[in-house]
Amino acid sequence: MSKEIKVERIREGTVIDHISSGQALNVLRILGITKEYPLTAVTVAMNVPSPKSGRKDIVKIEGRELKGDEVGKISLISPKATINIIRNRGVVEKRKVSLPDIIEGVINCANPNCITWFEDTHSKFRVERRDPIRLRCLFCERVMDQRAVVNQF
Amino acid sequence: MDADFRGRDIISIRDFNRGEIEFILDKALEMRQGHAPLLAGRILGLLFFEPSTRTRLSFEVAMKRLGGDVVGFSDSQLTSITKGESLSDTIKTVEAYTDIIVIRHSREGAARLAAEASKKPVINAGDGPNQHPTQTLLDLFTIRKEFGRLDVKVTLMGDLKYGRTVHSLAYALAMFDAEIDLVSPPGLEMPEEVITDLKAMGAEVSVSNRLDISKAQVLYVTRIQKERFPDPEEYAKVRGAYKLTLDSLKDARSDLIILHPLPRVQEIASEIDATKHAKYFDQVANGVPVRMAVLALVTGAIE
Repeated sequence: MSKEIKVERIREGTVIDHISSGQALNVLRILGITKEYPLTAVTVAMNVPSPKSGRKDIVKIEGRELKGDEVGKISLISPKATINIIRNRGVVEKRKVSLPDIIEGVINCANPNCITWFEDTHSKFRVERRDPIRLRCLFCERVMDQRAVVNQF
Repeated sequence: MDADFRGRDIISIRDFNRGEIEFILDKALEMRQGHAPLLAGRILGLLFFEPSTRTRLSFEVAMKRLGGDVVGFSDSQLTSITKGESLSDTIKTVEAYTDIIVIRHSREGAARLAAEASKKPVINAGDGPNQHPTQTLLDLFTIRKEFGRLDVKVTLMGDLKYGRTVHSLAYALAMFDAEIDLVSPPGLEMPEEVITDLKAMGAEVSVSNRLDISKAQVLYVTRIQKERFPDPEEYAKVRGAYKLTLDSLKDARSDLIILHPLPRVQEIASEIDATKHAKYFDQVANGVPVRMAVLALVTGAIE
């Protein structure tokens, strides 16, 4: 007999699916969901078998729709994630995150001597590898790996 | 090779492919053989936010040899930057007065930012520990002049962690299939990400803490800075171990050349200067034709 844990469908909110395996907690960090977060139902599933990618993580958040910069950050650590907007228990919108070849803003350069820290300008990175992420600052040319990216969240 | 350099910024050696680099080196060779006042009536803005001897002088000489003129500063303390002016605004001001801008700055990425702010071509003369592309070009020019090619065995020795010239030189050498030996004191090794890049480009790279001079055709020595060592005793030990003397040359190949971006501080004993291996003062002289070629190309004076 299989013992499944039933996870209730959320009524209003967001389901982030196809998160790269192991990245769910970083997604929570990006969304600022910590122990101080106002009471709301958050469901986290990790290393769930997935026909597409082998293993994946899923995060469901009741009563919250994501902002553009949050989606941008999620795309950095989970380029295949999908964002499902739920209203009245149904999916009203489903979209994939997109990770462009050049990222502007979203995160800061990890190099404290990079000119972007001293001038009124956006950070800019070229995506050199997508999963796990590897970025190169278009100003100081330093590389940021996944750990350096996640450290900012 | 058909390369259009008119209006182009020279910020990082990464922006250029092998064909483009060879094209610049060919033009530099032409500049050495004689030159017309190609840049008469043009003005070069030299913005040196950080001190420099060779780079600033050689850009100035290069511009003047081509009949042009220079303006600028070599001490930002005497400018409006002390009043809090942004780099972008400074660049936009200088752009209004000049035809080309050369910038040296302590912050990495400053030259790229300047290039974004300016419609006139910007040349990076060093942005902190990041890039110094005209130094790399003159290093390559010197190697090619001596060997007629660039796929040679090169040993880079010294501070490979912080030395900006060795990062971009290693990258360029990898483009030309050179064999690269990296020799540095413990703690000053080439950053792992640079080595990863070099290997990804297909370069043969080896890493060591001890120099084996017998293999090298080019020995490129860089300065080990005292301020990198918290312990003066440690510095003294390392300085001694990485000092090149006549004795260290006894197993050298007869065609070995020794290069150094200068200034040197005891890394190469002056007794070596008189040997046929010493090419660092030729190298410094090559800065002028290389920079002439770059200036003439980005202004469209030559094609």
